[in-house]
Amino acid sequence: MTAIHYDIDGNKILTLTIDMPGQSANTMNSEFRTALTDTVSRVKEDADNISGIIIASAKKTFFAGGDLKELVSVTPDQAEDFFNLIVQLKQQMRTLETLGKPVVAAINGSALGGGYELCLACHHRIAIDDKNLKVGLPEVTLGLLPGGGACVRLPRLLGLEKSFPYLMEGKQIPAAKALKEGMIDELAKDQDEMMAKAREWILAHPTSKQPWDQKGFKIPGGGPQHPAVAQRLAIAPAMLKNKTKGCYPAPEAIMAAAVEGAQVDVDTADRIEARYFTRIVCGQVSKNMIGTFWFGLNAIKAGSSRPDAPEKFKVGKVGILGAGMMGAGIAYSSVTRGLDVVLKDISTENAEKGKSYSDRLLAKKVSRGQMDEAAKSEILGRLKATADANDLAGCDLIIEAVFEDSDLKAKVTQEAEPKLAEGGVFASNTSTIPITQLARASANPEKFIGLHFFSPVDKMPLVEIVVGEKTSDETLAKAFDYVLQIGKTPIVVNDSRGFFTSRVFGTFVNEGITLLGEGFHPASVENAALLAGMPVGPLAICDEVSLSLTTHIRDQSKKDVEAAGGTWHPHPAEAVIDEMVTEHNRKGKAAGAGFYEYPEGGKKYLWPKLIERFVDQDKAVNADLTLLKERMLFIQSIETVRCMEEKVLRSVRDANIGSIFGIGFAAWSGGALQYINQYGVREFVSRANELADSYGERFRVPAMLEAMAEKGETFQ
Amino acid sequence: MTNEAYIFDAVRSPRGRGKKDGALYEIKPVDLLGSMFRALQSRTQLDTSQVDDIVMGCVTAIGDQGADIAKTAALAVDWDERVAGVTLNRFCASGLEAVNLAAMKVRSGWEDLVVAGGVESMSRVPMGSDGGAWASDPATNAHTGFMPQGIGADLIATLEGFSRADVDAFAANSQRKAAQAWEEGRFSRSIIPVTDMNGLVVLDRDQHVRPGTTAEALAGLKPSFQMMGEMGFDSVARERYHYVEKIDHVHTPGNSSGIVDGATAMLIGSEAKGRELGLTPRARIVATAVTSTDPTIMLTGPAPATRKVLEKAGLSVDDIDLFEVNEAFAAVVMRFQKEMGVPDEKVNVNGGAIAMGHPLGATGAMIVGTLLDELERQNKRYGLATLCVGGGMGIATIIERV
Repeated sequence: MTAIHYDIDGNKILTLTIDMPGQSANTMNSEFRTALTDTVSRVKEDADNISGIIIASAKKTFFAGGDLKELVSVTPDQAEDFFNLIVQLKQQMRTLETLGKPVVAAINGSALGGGYELCLACHHRIAIDDKNLKVGLPEVTLGLLPGGGACVRLPRLLGLEKSFPYLMEGKQIPAAKALKEGMIDELAKDQDEMMAKAREWILAHPTSKQPWDQKGFKIPGGGPQHPAVAQRLAIAPAMLKNKTKGCYPAPEAIMAAAVEGAQVDVDTADRIEARYFTRIVCGQVSKNMIGTFWFGLNAIKAGSSRPDAPEKFKVGKVGILGAGMMGAGIAYSSVTRGLDVVLKDISTENAEKGKSYSDRLLAKKVSRGQMDEAAKSEILGRLKATADANDLAGCDLIIEAVFEDSDLKAKVTQEAEPKLAEGGVFASNTSTIPITQLARASANPEKFIGLHFFSPVDKMPLVEIVVGEKTSDETLAKAFDYVLQIGKTPIVVNDSRGFFTSRVFGTFVNEGITLLGEGFHPASVENAALLAGMPVGPLAICDEVSLSLTTHIRDQSKKDVEAAGGTWHPHPAEAVIDEMVTEHNRKGKAAGAGFYEYPEGGKKYLWPKLIERFVDQDKAVNADLTLLKERMLFIQSIETVRCMEEKVLRSVRDANIGSIFGIGFAAWSGGALQYINQYGVREFVSRANELADSYGERFRVPAMLEAMAEKGETFQ
Repeated sequence: MTNEAYIFDAVRSPRGRGKKDGALYEIKPVDLLGSMFRALQSRTQLDTSQVDDIVMGCVTAIGDQGADIAKTAALAVDWDERVAGVTLNRFCASGLEAVNLAAMKVRSGWEDLVVAGGVESMSRVPMGSDGGAWASDPATNAHTGFMPQGIGADLIATLEGFSRADVDAFAANSQRKAAQAWEEGRFSRSIIPVTDMNGLVVLDRDQHVRPGTTAEALAGLKPSFQMMGEMGFDSVARERYHYVEKIDHVHTPGNSSGIVDGATAMLIGSEAKGRELGLTPRARIVATAVTSTDPTIMLTGPAPATRKVLEKAGLSVDDIDLFEVNEAFAAVVMRFQKEMGVPDEKVNVNGGAIAMGHPLGATGAMIVGTLLDELERQNKRYGLATLCVGGGMGIATIIERV
């Protein structure tokens, strides 16, 4: 059975319907390529009997894009074969495009990536007017470039500058917006009208050529040589670098392919694009990103970390204890996903304050035209602010988000737990206290679990589910389903102080502070973190968390370790933090003074006295930025391996996704464990040991990693 | 034995504002340069058939000043057809490179008489309009970390701790010195008024000089590079200058070199050829040097180029009586002085490009002429001319009055 149906009607209109067997969506794999090649040669033979061509889809969507499994497997030694394959595929599209016959894309559902590129090769694009129908080129979000001709044709269609956000940011837009942007030509209300319009257009345009194949064609807004365009192009790479910090080769390659391609003819531009595409596909960053953001994330969302039983659980009513920043955020994230929410605090006034957070966020949506007043009041109607524990009656899930104090948490647990509905689950949003310890206050520790949300809850995509010693599989499954229900990404970890994310986060912040303590310039420390791909520098983030909270948590941990008969090994960062807090009274952003100064109404800047107090000028100026970057990434990866070794982490996927979504680990690397894979496990171990010899035993790799290096294994 | 290269004469045009309202906007660059050739010819009673080659600097060599303007201008003023001509581009050092190359031709003994100089009509052919991969090709731009020079100048000021007030004071001083030099007629030996086809004077003074400029008035100008820096260029510097938290954008149109039109020509030849033609040498070109430094900060080349040329000449920095350091930006000259330990009274004593402007392809040769005039006026011996150059390059030339 062929992947492309071939039907000629009475008007000699040929409809090519893409319908790849055994797949729910059409993708650009080898089967498609073969079918396209066969189809195109048949079209050439039949040319006299064809008045025009409609390209359509038999699936719910038009076309999903490239075959990622295939792309991720291409190795650098296959570059030549891959390049030829892509050039050949694009030549088929080019043949259809230059046949002289009108070619119309009938876009019945989303056309993304290669699918939209196929549409771009058509002379006319008609889509069904459906807000769920999206067109766009999401390749860049997986570290790829649109290699099916979009870098060639979209700039010719829209102009260079206007095409950049779609090519380089992966922006997807619904059909109506695509019409406005000029990315499609016409809307139809349904399939029949779309096909009728396609036929009409063909009959009205018996011969057809792309604008760029017509004499005297000029790129809208001017080509790269146009003075105004040239001027903006000179700063475009810098603006990109400002955003990507040079960590992402794909957007750079896209810009290059688009600009270089705009200076030559379409066929040459197609080859230039194919050369950049080949380099990006063979490169490591696309592999890292596809592995984690496509295969890893999809598996997580499909429930790879969820126990099989029981059946899918649906939370109807959730109770939240504590209407502070976290509680208010969890309430918002739940109520906007259709759940009934009870937000309880010690007074109605406090609870209402928590509810007003949702009010504010929703009002913003209304003012932006993303929501109407009716929808807003419906949502707020499902969010009950209360001081009465009885309002919690019938909750399928209660999450406590009160202050980090074991006694207080025990008290609210005991008060609320009896109100749970039959089969309900109790969760704690602690970020530091072991769940097993908190579960002791519960009458049903097997129904007690940790749900560690990140701040700000409405923006942060991750929830770290913490399984206590006695937490049952059923409870875990229910918690997992709830996290998916509110549209967040769950990772599952076993109980430990700081769980996974907080532990790793701490190593990053501490390493940054240690670098400052060693005499590196604080700007170098922050810049090194940013250039390594972290979203925020360690000093800035430490200010956000607050230095006093950091000392508080450390004092608690120290006490616990010593109480258990252990010895506390002070981290070199501690001396710096202590000095900041006790000598200089700089406790962080909330206190108005930390590693940074926070002038009223102005931009924050590094506290000038840091330089005289900590910086060694010679060392600062001659610093090797690679060393700084590596120290801040290595220490996180090593801690992640420890979490694997101690079985705090249950899967590589969760480690990678959790590190990126939870603490902003360099996304280009594919996560804290994939960073080791792509560095080379052996190379990582030997570099880590060098770092341990020079900068401290904290860099010494766990035995597990030594063994993996010896056996030539990677994290899979 | 070595042939020495001598400067017999040098002329320059006054510099017109490099905009549509500038006096020289109506003058074609080929005529501007041609008028320098004619002046040189008549002042030295030159038999042009004796000239081996013409070497001219021109940075944006397209359009009106494209296609080898050195040879074109020679043809346009009816010089002997046997005179060859070449146009070269070493960015802002093009004019000085022309002088150096002419000197090398003569010192090698392979040529005996060469006209060097440069031309730039910035009003007609805007800076940067010739494109080029460095800025305009995204792959090259990204790989090399392209940044406009002004950001580099601001970075120099940030690293050296030059405040806005410091650079403005420097600029006001340049204006004061240039105004005084004009007042006292110190440029009169070299200035050739630009005339039209009827001999009517179009411009006879540097148009960009603003006598009476004060640092206070300059303080009101907006920084030129802040916006583009914040849009992205500042972050390009972050990799190499990671210890800089924030670039202090201190340079403005008032403390950066002016955009102007201008041309210059200089006659360089061997001792024997001079004797043959009855020309009196005014100075000897002692040594030349080019080098290159970090392309990101881009403008720190003058000091290393100076060290290199001093070593070649066997001289020390104290042997040099006068310096011409191109005032591309105030911070460039300030850093040069700081790094080389050169006192104010030896540097740009008649002002510089901040006051008079920087016609890109011509400036390097112009400042050698200015240096020579001033050595003669002060009855001093050694002068050194140096410029910062795109791509991180630096260039320097030492002349000795004879």
